[in-house]
Amino acid sequence: MEIMKPAVAGTLESCDCQVTVEPGDGEIDFTLKSSVMNQYGNQIRKVVLETLESLEIGSIKISIVDKGALDCTIKARVEGAVYRAVGQTQHLPWGGVIRP
Amino acid sequence: MINAVGREIPEEILEMTGKEVFHGNNYFDGYVFKKSGPSTKCVINSNGSKVIESIHEALIKCEIKDGMTLGFHHHFRDGDYIVNMVMKEVHKLGIKDITICASSLGKAHDPLVEYIEDGTITNIQSSGVRGRIGEAISKGKLKGLAIMRSHGGRVRAIETGEVHLDISFIGAPTCDDYGNCRGIGGKSNCGVLSYSMVDGDYADKVVAVTDCLVTFPNFPAHISMTKVDYVVVVDAIGDPEKIASGAAKPTKDMRKLMMADYCTRFVINTPYFKNGFSYQTGVGGASIASTISLAKIMKERGIRMRFGVGGLTKPMCDLLINDQVDALLDTQDFDLAAVESVKDLRHFRISAGQYASPFNKGALVNKLDFVILATLEVDVHFNCNVVVGSDGMITGAQGGHPDTAAGAKCTIVITPLLQGRIPAVCSEVTTVTTPGESVDVVITDYGIAINPLREDLITCMKDVDLPFKTIEELRDIAYGIAGEPQKVEFGERIVGIIESRDGTIMDVVRQIKPFTFSDSDKLR
Repeated sequence: MEIMKPAVAGTLESCDCQVTVEPGDGEIDFTLKSSVMNQYGNQIRKVVLETLESLEIGSIKISIVDKGALDCTIKARVEGAVYRAVGQTQHLPWGGVIRP
Repeated sequence: MINAVGREIPEEILEMTGKEVFHGNNYFDGYVFKKSGPSTKCVINSNGSKVIESIHEALIKCEIKDGMTLGFHHHFRDGDYIVNMVMKEVHKLGIKDITICASSLGKAHDPLVEYIEDGTITNIQSSGVRGRIGEAISKGKLKGLAIMRSHGGRVRAIETGEVHLDISFIGAPTCDDYGNCRGIGGKSNCGVLSYSMVDGDYADKVVAVTDCLVTFPNFPAHISMTKVDYVVVVDAIGDPEKIASGAAKPTKDMRKLMMADYCTRFVINTPYFKNGFSYQTGVGGASIASTISLAKIMKERGIRMRFGVGGLTKPMCDLLINDQVDALLDTQDFDLAAVESVKDLRHFRISAGQYASPFNKGALVNKLDFVILATLEVDVHFNCNVVVGSDGMITGAQGGHPDTAAGAKCTIVITPLLQGRIPAVCSEVTTVTTPGESVDVVITDYGIAINPLREDLITCMKDVDLPFKTIEELRDIAYGIAGEPQKVEFGERIVGIIESRDGTIMDVVRQIKPFTFSDSDKLR
């Protein structure tokens, strides 16, 4: 998939994360701010990269402000932001592409 | 050298501090020492008043100089003005290398960071630190070692002479012109002055600072005129709103209520829950809710508490009002109801030494049946951490946690299994403050674990319908939900030590290291 426009998903509530995506320059440009950076920074990055991979996205600017979200939440927020950014709001492939 | 809780304490730290590693709770039982007294300037032919003009004048009269140790109390909590007020004047005088020995420091003291950075303050000894001071220490800005000691530990350190207080400042809600201080009767009331009593007894110079000068004699005095050199009157010693809050509304958080319910059901099934039992609790939502639900069962079963200790809040004082307890023994008041209760004749003020010092002829904590505590982290060895955040930043205080846990017959720690994403039950706490040998039960929203050392408690809970699990099971549930946290990486420099209540070293705190992503997993 190709990111067409900027999009946001998620909130800054505790245990949530806010994901902002923009069209990329041919690579994955990842930034993360997290309240649990020291303990889960690597894990969050891993989840985000895996999620992007399963969405077949290779070019994106993605920045995340995390307030201690669990992996499942992070994954859902990334998917939410990406589908908004590609303009798809219906017929989301739940259980398909996004759950390989 | 590895200590009794399995922590490696580097030789350089043992050499630098002259301390031993922690050997277990009772290592110093029966130890004999001679107390270290203050030098005292006699007042015989005075003009009948000790009132002087300003903090500045007090510092000059007390002959402030580089390298001195200043004592403070934290009864005004986040509303305290005294520490900043005094340090501002110390800074103006260009004094350097001050050691702050406070019963605790909090967010109210953020302005001290500037003085840490410019070398006015080079050492901090406190129950703990929060806010920007914690960050400054964790980032290595303090020149010396921060020493975190429990409330009992501070008294021990002062009485043994390990730390000598040159000048102590006592914020006094009311004071007369001869130095009789009380925690009540003024406009910034904190109830009691328990943490300051050791300062009164052991500091060379004692300065009372008040915003409510009353007619002599201010009796019964909480700190006697016989211990006070000077009295300074200022506009405000604190922010009353932040000193004692209005009664906190009982929590409606279902998770906390459930843990409180587990706690009460545990307590009433122990052999200690009988007429004449004793009890202390912290001020967390779940702890307070436990007191409320316990009071109900005490009433139903006609069981009376002999004494309650605190750190007091309204639900404890309600026990007195409802005649469910014989006496409250008070070291600190957290809300207006507790401050008000100080006037009750069955509400007794006690010193921090009486409360918790391990180096006297027996402290109150040793007579406790139950203590209900919170924690930031507890590990599978039942060690608790209440000082260093899971991210490695200093952000809390020992308080009376290790003292009461060591003394009480049944020490219960309540914590939600996950604090946000952070597992509160973990394989190894970031820093040990209270040793597992002191902790008997861990209550979480996902189940209850009894320390295997307490076979007696395990036996008496055999037929009790509560969700008992092993501590390892609790950890596994937490890791299952949140994922196993990566170990926080620290720098080499040791910025602080966690002192055990007996003065040995429980753990060290290292400088924080900025996070970087691991290389193993490069971006494509």
